Amino acid sequence: MTGVPLIEVENLRIDLDDGSRRVAAAEGVSFRISRGETFGLVGESGCGKSITALALIGLLRSPLSIGGGVIRFEGREIQRLSAAGQRELRGNRIAMIFQEPMTALNPVSPVGRQIAEMFVLHKGKSWREANQLAVESLASVRVPAPERRVNDYPHQLSGGMRQRVMIAIALACGPDLLIADEPTTALDVTVQAEIIELMRNLCAERGTAILMISHDLGLVANVCRRVAVMYAGRIVEERGSADIFRAPSHPYTQGLVDSLPRLGSRAALGRVRLKEIAGVVPAITGFPDGCRFNPRCAQATDICRTAAPETDLLEAGGFVRCHHHA
Amino acid sequence: MKLRANLVIGGSLFALAIIVGLLAPWLAHTDPVMDANLMNAEEPPSWTWWFGTDGQGRDIYSRVLYGARVSLTVGIVSQLINSVIGVALGLSAGYFGGWWDDVVNALTNLMLAIPSLIFALAIMAVLGPGLTSLLIALGLTNWSFTCRLARASALSLRNQGYVQAATVLGYGDLRIMVTQLLPNMLGPIVVIGTLGMGSAVLSEAALSFLGLGVRPPFPSWGSMLSEARDQITTAPWLSLFPGLAIFLTVLGLNLLGDGLRDILDPHSRSRRT
Repeated sequence: MTGVPLIEVENLRIDLDDGSRRVAAAEGVSFRISRGETFGLVGESGCGKSITALALIGLLRSPLSIGGGVIRFEGREIQRLSAAGQRELRGNRIAMIFQEPMTALNPVSPVGRQIAEMFVLHKGKSWREANQLAVESLASVRVPAPERRVNDYPHQLSGGMRQRVMIAIALACGPDLLIADEPTTALDVTVQAEIIELMRNLCAERGTAILMISHDLGLVANVCRRVAVMYAGRIVEERGSADIFRAPSHPYTQGLVDSLPRLGSRAALGRVRLKEIAGVVPAITGFPDGCRFNPRCAQATDICRTAAPETDLLEAGGFVRCHHHA
Repeated sequence: MKLRANLVIGGSLFALAIIVGLLAPWLAHTDPVMDANLMNAEEPPSWTWWFGTDGQGRDIYSRVLYGARVSLTVGIVSQLINSVIGVALGLSAGYFGGWWDDVVNALTNLMLAIPSLIFALAIMAVLGPGLTSLLIALGLTNWSFTCRLARASALSLRNQGYVQAATVLGYGDLRIMVTQLLPNMLGPIVVIGTLGMGSAVLSEAALSFLGLGVRPPFPSWGSMLSEARDQITTAPWLSLFPGLAIFLTVLGLNLLGDGLRDILDPHSRSRRT
């Protein structure tokens, strides 16, 4: 199936229904991920990145719903699949790991059983085979003494170990796409590096594509080949991750990059205050007209306040949504 | 490994009641129904008649042993029916929500509004007295608390990360309810269940007392109490021993429920190993 991207999102709009009216929590979201590719979605809390991921696996729940656009997995429209068809994709072809490894595991079930259940559910294995496979899965995420650990309950494991178990569960059936929603936010920095390394290596070995969602631009750029930056429900810039650091185009991305502390900057530039982006993210019900970043943008002009910018393709690849992009 | 006192005492009392019921034919001194002898009527407790005898000269000790069979059967079976109905309705209502939740809620409110004993009486009136109708009547009338509990647990559990994770991993609704929600609410459900068994034993006593339970002359603790009420001043042992049996069984079940709650929590389970 060469040529057809693994997942393709086109002009996706996600509605939030607050009872009296519908507002778009995300709109005009488009991106593609090929097989084995790593793609990052970055943005502040509430910018719409997590609900975009939920939409991909058909799990938006009231008051959120897909208000328009198309999501295709291997060319098939996910919204048109039956409930059973969607369920067949979830866990088997598309898997997801979550921010909170503390709460994402069932507290009253041994971790081995939770891994084994995936083989029973999606691969039709017997429990005996599945339990054996669970030990192997646990070994593959480098949990020491896996044959003993399978009998442990989640609360007996550390946060890092739990996230390893989550990765083992998510990758159990060899999915084509792994969605990682803030996979390391709840972990220590050292453990974070280990988990990211593990996730990246396992996915590279198996040819699993990664959609990584995070507010941490540095982390995403480290893992992903391409990065999309979301602001207030729209993707404002999509670039190769090296480019986005070297030459960010959108003023918001520039702001993000400038607000990252850098090792050695004090020696090079002297003692300078870390830059911040002035203002706050607008509320979902009160997005400004025109470019949604205009109230916080230093370069904003009249056109920014009246007309929403279209996407401009960049020469180096990727696109930006700004009237005055660099 | 430290066992909790309430678990040991409660479990022992309940086990004792079950053993007594099972072994009644071997432990009893006389046949509880046939061995009536007016020569021995209303004997107080003694070495010959451990618990005394009743107005027909039947051995109270033997009748209490046999009575355990009825009381425990009713307690266990009717509560199992209640638990299954309550969990099935409450769990699905909390998980699915929507119109099904409304229906179950209305039904639960209806059940709570009608005193369960009156409702059981009505069912007994239709089915007629007897053990089977007793089981059905008590099994259909006391599920509302279990249902409320299961619904409330399902409502809070369904937003837990692991339940959402299970959805994301492709679990179907039934599998989520059985593997994710049910085990996590089992602790309180079991506790309510053992408490419910205790109250079912009491309800059996009440219904038998009213003459709707097991038909005389076959003994149940409730019917024995019922028959003994006229002689409570002249022959108090007639009501004392069946009453004590009910009291100890219900106490045992309540303590057992408490103890079970502690070990059903995996946090405390691992601490002990």
